Amino acid sequence: MNKLLLLFLLLTTSLATAQQITVAAAADMSAALPQVAEAYTKKTGQAVKLSFGASGNLTNQIRNGAPFDVFFSADEEYPQQLIVEGLASKDTLYRYAVGRLVLWVPNDSPLDLSKLGMNALLDPSVKKISIANPATAPYGRAAASALRHFGIYDQVSSRLVVGENISQAAQFVESGNAQAGILALSHALAPAMKNEGRCWEVPLDAYPTLNQAAVVLSKSKQQDAARKFLQFLRTPEATTLLTHYGFTPPAEKNSMGEIMK
Amino acid sequence: MNWEAFWLTVRLAAIVSMLLVAIGIPIAYWLTYSRWRWKFLVEAAVALPIVLPPTVLGFYLLVALGSRSPLGRWWQALTGHTLAFTFEGLVIGSLLYSLPFAVQPFAASFGAVDRKLLHASASLGQSPVQTFRRIVLPLSKAGLITGFALSFAHTLGEFGVVLMVGGNIPGVTRTLSIDIYDQVQTANYSSANQTALLMLIISFLVLSIVYGLNQRPWTVNPWQ
Repeated sequence: MNKLLLLFLLLTTSLATAQQITVAAAADMSAALPQVAEAYTKKTGQAVKLSFGASGNLTNQIRNGAPFDVFFSADEEYPQQLIVEGLASKDTLYRYAVGRLVLWVPNDSPLDLSKLGMNALLDPSVKKISIANPATAPYGRAAASALRHFGIYDQVSSRLVVGENISQAAQFVESGNAQAGILALSHALAPAMKNEGRCWEVPLDAYPTLNQAAVVLSKSKQQDAARKFLQFLRTPEATTLLTHYGFTPPAEKNSMGEIMK
Repeated sequence: MNWEAFWLTVRLAAIVSMLLVAIGIPIAYWLTYSRWRWKFLVEAAVALPIVLPPTVLGFYLLVALGSRSPLGRWWQALTGHTLAFTFEGLVIGSLLYSLPFAVQPFAASFGAVDRKLLHASASLGQSPVQTFRRIVLPLSKAGLITGFALSFAHTLGEFGVVLMVGGNIPGVTRTLSIDIYDQVQTANYSSANQTALLMLIISFLVLSIVYGLNQRPWTVNPWQ
C-alpha cells in the first residue's frame, strides 16, 4: 500500500523545477528557436521549454491563462493586443526579427520558380497550394496578401489548403500532398526541408512586413529570468543563429537579399 | 452558425455510417462464426481505432497515402488528386476511424442469437446465408441500429484526423468540429458556443436512441 502511494506521488509530482522558463513561440520559429534556447541554456544553465503554434492560437491560449513566461509572435499585432489587455509588459516588447515569405515546391516539381515567380501557382500541375490559416497565423495573412498583390488570389483560392499553423502548411507540401506552399523562409532553410525542395522569395513589397515581436507576459512568475532570455535575443550570438534561418535582424531591415542565393 | 459545415458534417457521417453497415456486416459475420485460431488478431486490429490516437491515422493517411508512396501514386493516377484535402479522403479516414463502432455492436448482436434457432433453421434445410438473412439479421435489429448510430455519432465528432488531412477547405473538408476549433482560436466564443451546443444536442439525441433501444429493464429485481 505504501509502495503504491509512493508510486502515485511520483507520477503526480511534476518534474519541472521552478527555474525553468516556458516560451510560447510562433511556428515559424520551430527550427531556429530551439537552437537559440540551447545556446542560452549552455551559457547560463537556465532551462527553456518551448511550445509552438500559430501566433493567434497562442495569444488565445495566453488570454485563457496558459502558463507561459515569454511569447514570440510572428507579428507585432498579437503582442500589442496582449499589452492593451494588460497581459504583457509594454517595456519588454522587442522586435526580434523580420520574417520572410517564400514560395516553396518539392524537388520533383517541374516548375521553374526563378522564371515564373508567383505565377508558377497558375500552372495546372499545381492542384493544391498550402498556406497557414490567415485567421490565426500572420504568415497565412501575409500569403493571402501576396496572392492579392500579384492579382492571382481569385484564380487560386479554390486550390488553397489551410494549415493550422505555418509548420503544418510546410508539412502539407513537404509530404507531397500539396504541390506548392507559401511558407516561412525559416522552414525552407531548416535542415528538414533544405534539400527537399526549391524556393523563391516573395518580394517584401508584396505583403505587410512581418515585424516579429516578443514580450514577457504579465502573469509570469519568473519576470527576471524571462527578461534575461529576451535580452539574450539581442546578442550577436542569437542574431547570428536567427540570420542563419533567414530572419532579418531588426536593425538591418532594409538591407536584405544576401542570405538568399 | 456555419450551415455549410453543418451539412458537410452530416453528409460525411451519413455516407460513412451507411458504408460501414455494408462493410461491417460481413466483417462482423466472419468475426462471429469463424473458428480460425488467429481470429483474435483480426478482432484486435478492428478495435485499434478505439485506442489509437487520431494523429497516428492522420499521419499514415498523409504520408503512406501521399504522393511519395506507391499506394498514393496509384490513387493519384486513378483520380488525379491525392487523398488528403478531399472529401473522399475524409470518408476513407472516417471509415477506418469509426469501423469498431459499427463492427463491435454488429458482432455482439449476431453472437447473442440463440444457437438453437440456427440449428433448427439448418435442420429445416436452410443454407447458412439464408439462415443469416432470415434469422440472424432480423433478430439483430437493435445491434445494427446501434452500430449505425454509434458510427454516425463518432464520425460527427471526429477531429484529429480531419485536422491533419483536411486542409480546412470550406464546403469540402471544414467540418463542424474544425469550425468550432477555428472559432475558439479566433476568440469567437459566441459562435463557437452555438455550434458546440448543437453538437452536444445531436450527440445526446443519437446516444439516447442507442441506449433507449438497448434498455433491458429488470422484470424481477434480484435484490428484493
